This record gives sequence, C-alpha cells and structure tokens, in this order.
Amino acid sequence: MMTEVKDGKVRCDACPVMCYIADGKAGACDRYANEGGKIIRCDPLTILDRTLEAGGEVVPFLQSDWDGRVFRGDEVFVTAIGAGTTYPDYKPAPFIVSREVEGADFVTVVSEAIFSYCGAKIKIDTDRHLGAETATVRADGEAVGHVTTGEYGSQMLSLGGVHHLTGGSKKEGRVTCQTLMDLCNKQAVELSIDGGSTVVVEAGRAPIIDGKPEHRMRVGCGSATIGMFASQWKGLVDEVVVVDDHITGVVSEHQAGKVLDWPDTGIDIKGRRSTPGRYFQVADPGLGWGGTDIEDPLVILGEWNPKKGARPGLSVLMVSTTGEQSAYYVLDEALTPVLKEMPRQLEPTVDLIAENCEPALSTVLFMGGAGGSLRSGVTRNPVKLTRSVHDLRTRVSCGGAPAYVWPGGGITIMADVTEMPDNSFGYVPTPAIVAPIEFTLRRDDYKALGGHDGAVRLLADILAEGGEYGDDVRAMAPPLGDVFPHPEED
Amino acid sequence: MQAAQAAMLPDGRRLHLHHGPIDLIVEAWGAGREDAYRRAATRFENLLQELVDELPALRRPLVPGAEFQGAVARRMAAAVRPHGDVFVTPMAAVAGAVADEIVSEMAGAEIAKAYVNNGGDAAFHLMPGERTEAALAAEVAGRIVIAADDPHRGLASSGWRGRSHSLGIADAVSVVAETAAAADVAATLIANAIDLPGHAAIRRQPASELAPDSDLGDRLVTVEVGALTAEETAMALARGVGSAEDFLARSLIGGALLTLNRELRLVGAGAPFETEERTLVHA
Repeated sequence: MMTEVKDGKVRCDACPVMCYIADGKAGACDRYANEGGKIIRCDPLTILDRTLEAGGEVVPFLQSDWDGRVFRGDEVFVTAIGAGTTYPDYKPAPFIVSREVEGADFVTVVSEAIFSYCGAKIKIDTDRHLGAETATVRADGEAVGHVTTGEYGSQMLSLGGVHHLTGGSKKEGRVTCQTLMDLCNKQAVELSIDGGSTVVVEAGRAPIIDGKPEHRMRVGCGSATIGMFASQWKGLVDEVVVVDDHITGVVSEHQAGKVLDWPDTGIDIKGRRSTPGRYFQVADPGLGWGGTDIEDPLVILGEWNPKKGARPGLSVLMVSTTGEQSAYYVLDEALTPVLKEMPRQLEPTVDLIAENCEPALSTVLFMGGAGGSLRSGVTRNPVKLTRSVHDLRTRVSCGGAPAYVWPGGGITIMADVTEMPDNSFGYVPTPAIVAPIEFTLRRDDYKALGGHDGAVRLLADILAEGGEYGDDVRAMAPPLGDVFPHPEED
Repeated sequence: MQAAQAAMLPDGRRLHLHHGPIDLIVEAWGAGREDAYRRAATRFENLLQELVDELPALRRPLVPGAEFQGAVARRMAAAVRPHGDVFVTPMAAVAGAVADEIVSEMAGAEIAKAYVNNGGDAAFHLMPGERTEAALAAEVAGRIVIAADDPHRGLASSGWRGRSHSLGIADAVSVVAETAAAADVAATLIANAIDLPGHAAIRRQPASELAPDSDLGDRLVTVEVGALTAEETAMALARGVGSAEDFLARSLIGGALLTLNRELRLVGAGAPFETEERTLVHA
C-alpha cells in the first residue's frame, strides 16, 4: 500500500479519506492501522509460516509484494485469524483451504467463530490463598467468574461463560467480554476476588498477588519436601519443620526420618495430625509462610517435651515449601527456641528447595463450544463433523494452536493462548468472543462428511487472491515453533 | 484505493454499503425494494468522495455565509447551524447526514418503510400507518418505537465509548429528531455536556494524539472513566439534561435518553422511548 509520512504519522490511502494515522492507532474506519510506521490491516488473515523464525518480524503479506514462492502445505498453515466470519454460517466458512501434506491432500476449514458459550480457565501457580472456592472473581468491579477447585501447587479460576456474558447487566457482559478478550490476547488483567486477594494475570508470566510478583511454585507439600530432602538434613540439624498450608512436615516424626533412625525431639505442632509427621491446618491460609497467614513460624509450635527428647542446645530448621522463608533456632535452658544465624552448612539445603521449584506462571486456556451454525459452515451435515472430530479424523486448532476436544457431545475445545499469534481474539457487541477456529482433515474424508467441496480453494490461490473480506494476508512464524495440526495418517 | 462496495447480507434481505469508514445497513419493505436498493447503491458510489472534497471546511466550525456543494455536506451544515453558541463542526452530523441522504434517495411510492443504519445513527422512511422499532444500545435495555404520524425520522446515539471521541463522560445519549443529522449533532452535544470537569477519575487525552485529523483538534477527549459516586453521577447527568431541555424547547429534538453509571434520565414527555427499568426518572 502506498503511504506517505508526516511527523511520524502515516497517511493511509485505502479509501478517499486518506487519514493520517499515528503509530499504534487505527484510522477512522478502524480497519487499517499504523504499526511501527507501516499501514496494516487490523485483522489480516494470518498464515503461520514455518520457514520464518519464531519471534521474527510479522510481515504484511500482500499480493503485490509476494515473491511468488510456492508454499508447500507442510510449511504453512492458514489460520482463521482475520478470516472473517459467516455467522450465522448460512454459507461455507470464509476459507476452505486445500493444501498438500506429505503427498496427501488435506483440507483446512478456517473461520473466525463467534462464541457465546466460552470462557477462560486460569491456572495461577501459587500456594498463596487467593480466595475461597466459589468466591466471585471481579474485573472493574463486575463479576466475571469464580474461584474453582485448586490444583497441586496452583490456584484455579473459571472466568466468563454465558451467564456473565449475557445473563447479567450490560456492563457485566461488556466487562466480562473485555476481560476474556484481554486475557486470551495475552494482556495483563487485574482481577479481584471477593474476600480474598487482587491478582494480575498475564498468560505466560508470573502472577502478581496483592502487588507482589510470585516467583516460585512450591517444590511439593511440606510432607513431600521432608521426603525429598530428609537425608540431606541428617547430621546437620536436630529437627526440620517444613511449613505448608496444605501439609506441614516434621522430619523427626515423618516416615522419611524414621527410616534414617532420626531421634525424637519432643516437638509439638499445633494442627490436626494426619499421619506421623504430617499436619493439616497449622494456620489459616494466607500470604505468609508456605501459603499460610503466619509471619512468625514459632506460632505453630507448642511446648517442647523434655521427656520425649527436648533438651537445651537442640537445633531446629524451619523452612517454607519454596525455600523463600527459612529460620534457624536453638532451644535455650528453658527449652524456648531462640533465633540464631543460619549455619553455613544448612544454607545449601534451603537453596536446594528453592532451586527445585519451578517458576510460577499464570496460564490461560481459552474454552468454548463450537455450536450448530459454525459446524454448518464446514459441512452440510453438522453432526458428521462432530463425529469426525471425536474419531480424530478431523483435527481442531485455534489460531494454529492444537485444541483439546472434550469427550462427549458437541465440539467443546480448550487451547493454550500462548501458542496463538498475539491478538488472535476479538469480540462482537452481543457480547461474545470472536475466536479463530480451524478444522483440518483429509480431503476425501471432507467430501465423505458432506463438506462444501465446491468451495475448496488451493492455498496458493488464497495467498494470491485472499477472501471476500479483503485480500490482506500476513505471514508469521508459529509462536511456539512446530505446532501445526495434522490429522491422523492412518 | 478501494472503491465503494455494495453487497447483500447473507440473510438476503438487507443491503450492506461500505466505503472506507462508512458502513451502512439498509433495509426496505415494499414492491419497489430492489429498485430502492439500486438507487441507494448508485447514490452511495461517489458519496464519500463528495465529502472528502469539502473535508477541510467540514472539519472546522461553520463560518457565516459558508456554502457547501455536496448534498450531504449541506445536510451537515444545516444540522449544526442552530448550535452556533458552542464549539461544534459539521462533522458532528456526518453519520446522521449520510443516513438521511441514502434514505431520502430510497423513499418513493413503492416503498412502505425503509431504514438506513449508519453505525447506530439511523434514518427512517415511513408511509402512513407504518411504524419502526429500534433496540437501544445502552446500559439499560430498551427500545424506541416511531410511528408514521410521529414527526421524527432520525435517531442517533453518542457516548465516550463510541467510535467518535467525546468531550463528556456519558455512557450513551440517544436522541430522536426530525432528521438523523439533527439527532446526531444533538446527541454529540448532550454527551459532551454530561461531564465532571477536573474530576480525578476521568482520564482525557488530546483528540489530535488519538486521531491526527480529528475535527476536535487538541481538545481533551475522554479515554477512561473511573468510579463515580451517586451524587457525581447525578450532577453530571443534570448538566446533560439542561442541554437536552434547551434543545427540546427550541424544537431541535423530539426527546433524549441519557445514561451514566446505569442511571437514566429521559427528556421529552412524548419521546418514544421504552425501557425495561420501571424506575425511569423523568427529568
């Protein structure tokens, strides 16, 4: 496209208005924008090109400057991003692309689908208590989801869904839609949990909880930590307590200590004993040691019992499941623990816990159901598509990212947004989310399930001519490298 | 450069006219529908170019004695002329004026009813006995019903979240008037009036930073509205009500519905607004 530049603004000549557009802004039409001094279509059809290095520049892919290279089918994958939508899908999906993969003729049906039934599942790697299960999660003051069952080392949120999108007030719907779109587009979103914390979630980045970035996932629960490291502590310290909101471990009582003939210490832990050396509920959940609310670990200890081994000079290491907090104590004449400097030989054992923790991340999975009308854009016989997907003859992807298809009825999918190109998601004012979806299958299977075979176009033709929503195509490397969906080769 | 496009939407009933920043959804009823669509598409073909030819003058406040050549530009100028007491340019009427122009091109004996929807600003044609309904795109669900014996043929909405930049903080102001151009200008000005100057929770940016060509120049437009108290909401709405009542008294509009923070004000007792909220406050 011809452009001229004035004061850093680029003049677009897509239409007679010829807007001057500032960098990062769109023109009056909201269709064309200035990205780093170049006019781009805001929603170009995106081609994932394996020949482009990951992280490489996204190049506008225009017919005029196409070098005529003929793409092999296994090098490029046409995504649905920018393909446009035919909602409510009275006619074939915008692009039904034929490409050759290793000699077999494949068809990829691409469409930007409008999802009213959709949401995001958020996994936040932290042991910190973010809020009670089922507590409402808010963005901008509006309810957008809830806290769901926690997983090992992670707190889980379930956001979006049709009730928040269209079942509440207009503002609730609009904020929910914006929140889902931002999260799925890998942007940072601040969420607050009723009766709990405020957390900033950004796909693929560390969560920020109540203003503090989370660094590490716990290596395991307190009991598991004892099990993993008991032998390293033997001979260096008389007692080790690993403080954890889930299960706090005590080495002298734990099975892992017993097999090492660890002597009793007369320790008393305030909490509910599960099995020897393993204690539930030593404190309330919170943002302190090991996901509890405590800042001083001594508060979980009772009286030391001299009849069971407590003696002046006995040494105790207290440490959290991430190694972020640790303290060393020695019992005085009155059997009261006194804080001392950590002996140098113990430091590596604390570091080892920290080193074995994985970095804490927030992950965002888009989840949605491909309903009746979307399927009819693919085939005249929608239920056959569902069956083909469940038989693994048709692979489903979102913006090139492989989608997990839930068993059971319908086509309910989940996909990791970090595997998709940036800004793959859009919205319609319904409100509903617009997400790219591609179905890839063998061409003979496509014909057999009643596909719109007459609408199938060759890859090279789409690259040269585009679709009815404009001829702008961009090529980029797959975000995570080799993620192209391929159907089974049976 | 792309030419104007005309295409039937997949439903086979409505016509979509697109050129640059203009997207019109057109529907007509009656035996002459196909002819009407053809007239609309023909009229649309050069319409954007006509506007562009006079764009510099259309982006400035009217100067006395100014004459415009294009029919749409003349509609825009006519719509802003009664508002000489505030800052406004003919661009405030562009969406409505385009809708008015296309609907007037379609009107004829064989067309019982027609509308042109230009991104929420709409113009109607109604033969005797016909009526039209529009859903309100506001925080509060509602609709507008206009019957043929009603003098109003235009409907427009404005708010800071809309495609055009606003000087105010209204979520939405919907206005009915005799023409869509008149409604468009009035909605813009009422939405500008709904404001809390200097309030810390309101973030503003020069329009020129967001759109170098904006007719608003370096004037500060609203880009974010934070939490407001009930009193602040009422105070801001009252300013818009004052402006709307003035327009109503001067017969520039038939009525207006103002919303901010889910609070509503209705101006014009006879205005054809119906909302789901029973607590509607008549200002």
